[in-house]
Amino acid sequence: MTQKLVVIGAGMASGRMLEHLLNADPGAYEITLFNAEPRGNYNRLMLSPVLSGEKTYAEIVTHDEDWYAGHGITCRFGEKVLAIDPAQKVVRGEKGDVAYDKLVIATGSNPFMIPLPGHDLAGVIPYRDLEDTETMMALGDRPGSKAVVIGGGLLGLEAAAGMAARGVDVTVVHIMGHLMERQLDEAAGYLLRKSLTEKGIKVLCQANSKEILDDGSGHVKALRLEDGTELPCDLLVMAVGIRPNMALAAATGLACNRGVVVDDHMVTSDPDILALGECVEHNGAVFGLVAPLYDQAKVLAQTLLGQEARFVNKEVSTKLKVTGCDLFSAGDFAEGEGREDIVFRDPARGVYKRLVLEGNRLIGAVMYGDTADGAWFYSHIKDGSDISDMRDTLIFGPAYQGGASADPLSAVAALPDDAEICGCNGVCKGDIVSAIKDGATDLGAVRACTKASASCGTCTGLVEQVLAVTMGDDYAAPAAQPICGCCDLTHEDVRRLIKAKELKSQAAVWQELGWKTPNGCHICRPAVNFYLLADWPVEYQDDPQSRFVNERKHANIQKDGTFSVVPRMWGGMTTPAELRAIADAAEKYNVPTVHVTGGQRIDLLGVKGEDLPHIWADLNKAGMVSGHAYAKGLRTVKTCVGKDHCRFGTQDSTGLGIKLEKRLWGSWTPHKVKLAVSGCPRNCAEATCKDIGVVCVDSGYQIGVAGAAGMDVKETERLADVATEEEALDLATAFMQLYRENAKYLDRPYKWVAKVGLDWVKARVIDDLEERQRLIDAFELSQTIYRKDPWAKEVEEKSASYAPLADLTLEAAE
Amino acid sequence: MSWIDIGHIDEVPLRGARLLKTPMGCIAVFRTGETEAFAASNTCPHKGGPLSEGIVHGQSVTCPLHNWVFDLNTGEAQGADDGRIKTYPLRLEGQRMLLDSSTLTARSAA
Repeated sequence: MTQKLVVIGAGMASGRMLEHLLNADPGAYEITLFNAEPRGNYNRLMLSPVLSGEKTYAEIVTHDEDWYAGHGITCRFGEKVLAIDPAQKVVRGEKGDVAYDKLVIATGSNPFMIPLPGHDLAGVIPYRDLEDTETMMALGDRPGSKAVVIGGGLLGLEAAAGMAARGVDVTVVHIMGHLMERQLDEAAGYLLRKSLTEKGIKVLCQANSKEILDDGSGHVKALRLEDGTELPCDLLVMAVGIRPNMALAAATGLACNRGVVVDDHMVTSDPDILALGECVEHNGAVFGLVAPLYDQAKVLAQTLLGQEARFVNKEVSTKLKVTGCDLFSAGDFAEGEGREDIVFRDPARGVYKRLVLEGNRLIGAVMYGDTADGAWFYSHIKDGSDISDMRDTLIFGPAYQGGASADPLSAVAALPDDAEICGCNGVCKGDIVSAIKDGATDLGAVRACTKASASCGTCTGLVEQVLAVTMGDDYAAPAAQPICGCCDLTHEDVRRLIKAKELKSQAAVWQELGWKTPNGCHICRPAVNFYLLADWPVEYQDDPQSRFVNERKHANIQKDGTFSVVPRMWGGMTTPAELRAIADAAEKYNVPTVHVTGGQRIDLLGVKGEDLPHIWADLNKAGMVSGHAYAKGLRTVKTCVGKDHCRFGTQDSTGLGIKLEKRLWGSWTPHKVKLAVSGCPRNCAEATCKDIGVVCVDSGYQIGVAGAAGMDVKETERLADVATEEEALDLATAFMQLYRENAKYLDRPYKWVAKVGLDWVKARVIDDLEERQRLIDAFELSQTIYRKDPWAKEVEEKSASYAPLADLTLEAAE
Repeated sequence: MSWIDIGHIDEVPLRGARLLKTPMGCIAVFRTGETEAFAASNTCPHKGGPLSEGIVHGQSVTCPLHNWVFDLNTGEAQGADDGRIKTYPLRLEGQRMLLDSSTLTARSAA
């Protein structure tokens, strides 16, 4: 006698399972199929192409009612299953009972809705089925409509791209630091965000949703974020994940955990009830992608036919179905020990590839921009094959085994003709290329006919790269020193390209300039962090984790791991009250050494790391701020007492020193900067060996720059003589900014001026008044962000991070 | 193995580190990625530099005192330097970081 099979749920997994079953033995079972939705099975994965208009619903239907009927299946569509009686082996439907010998539960999953205030308003939908898709499609028919998508994962981005393709103004709100963080690493996330932004989709990362606002009629009006931002919208799509739909199975008394628990044969805790798809849990795993579901379908069909088959959860790969965003990820590319990375970047084509190796096996791959080799890498991940023989060329894919390596010139090759190469003389790439084509075949000739790199010379490397790109093998380039092993570019090239290509994040620099490591190293990352914050003070956010410990902890690390603390004393002036507060702090925190520095400050040495926020708070209370004695930035302005007290003094040197220090403090520079103001040519403040030194005379102020009294000793060079304090302040500010914008990281001003020449500096700071003003304005803009006391900020925001994460001495001692 | 919860991963800054006090001395917990962390000795074998204060890059950390670089997977010093730091098994369960406490009570193999 034919056995009776009842299947609950006509989705992709059960559809595939029925195909296997019917192909193998069409007469094995008499089948009844329940489906709550009033239709058969369509390819849910293809909803996104339907949304974007690339496919129609009819094209994505895989099993309609006719197909089931044609195979002798009794369809009970649009009818809910009320209960299962496992003792009687009966399924109770809304329209009557059906007896079974074997039952398959394929109830799928439900979209997870974040219980934000307002989540039940009209116009707040998940992205799950055809109805949701149609709602989104309808929005595109209304001109000027806006949508917000919560969730920057696979589904959320497909929803966003689909609506954007229909003309909707879409904003994606994502809680994590980069998009699709489960499938992509930061670099690929950056590229994805870039292409979505180019499609007009706004992307907000690290954005916490707070509440959904009502327009007064029970319909969504806007999404409000934690930070108070309001994003107006006509439709809000939540695409933050799915939850297995196991209500029916749980009510039946089957073992359920995160999903309906099944064994390797897809059998639940009841031997006659099987389950598959997104509703099940196998070995602790639940499922959201289609590949494992199809494997389950095959195993379940074989189990029903009495054949031995076991389901094994294999690595899966992911592809985003958004036209123009080519990405691929497979396997495990994040956690674990003993793993190595191979990274390939081609900035010209916007390509990023990363392979993760463990021993001699490939275990993960992330690709963006060029995913042609995805399947090949995926097969190596799945097979666990030994790749040691082709390790060196693995990343170039199957076509290039033994082929060429990455081209370090690709960043320059990718520049458009109107990209400015030489900022001093306004020379674009196109000018240089045409000069080369007209016969200027070496650096000297290009310099002679275009003036490119003829002034400050910092773009020399770039001009040489343009020569190399244009002339190919005919050009013999002199070797330039790259920053470090992470890249092929010099400091000067990187600075120039950050400006020319408007790179405003670390991820942008790593990608566009072809970095070979995921996030740089201790040599290049602090430099890149400085270049970005100096060039884009408003757009770029300083990254403490890219700074040397002293600048991250706002104190100088000593050889025993303790720190030294130096409060600022403006112009070297202090008061009894400040000195008392310093003395109190020194006693309270058991500071073993108190030292007077060469820059007229008091140094408290031997402070424990975890005491730092407390000693700062005490010093702040007495009105003192950080002395930045640890910074590649403004350190000190040293002064003599000037005409107020000294019988030789000509001007108010302490007053000018304090004004200089109040204007310049807090700014970051390529290396430390020390100033001094002396009240007369006797020069008691030793201003003539400082980075910027002012010597007061009867007629005004002599401004010297580029002095040194460290590894090298060098007298300052005279920048200008000025009559007023205001001019002295302006020249010092403009010089600081020119240094900030152009010098190589870790070049003190004297080294930088030696490279560019004092005349080049004078032309900008003294002669060109417009440029002087621009430099001052740019400095002031940056100072609106950085002229703040970092101690107060750390005390307020990060105090806890100075203490240990946890103390296990008690627990583990037991 | 006996796993104990030492905190939420977001308590350690991305590409940064925090200290953990244990009977074996201070251990540094390094966060190298959104969902990737390592635990290792805080003490550089060269001159005792505090590694938790170093710059974290890739799956490595650079000692703040003299720029020795250690691979956090193996604890081995990279490049020309010769030395090794002890590493401790750490795993993530969701966003919680778990450390194998059995490695903390055993006497250090000198």
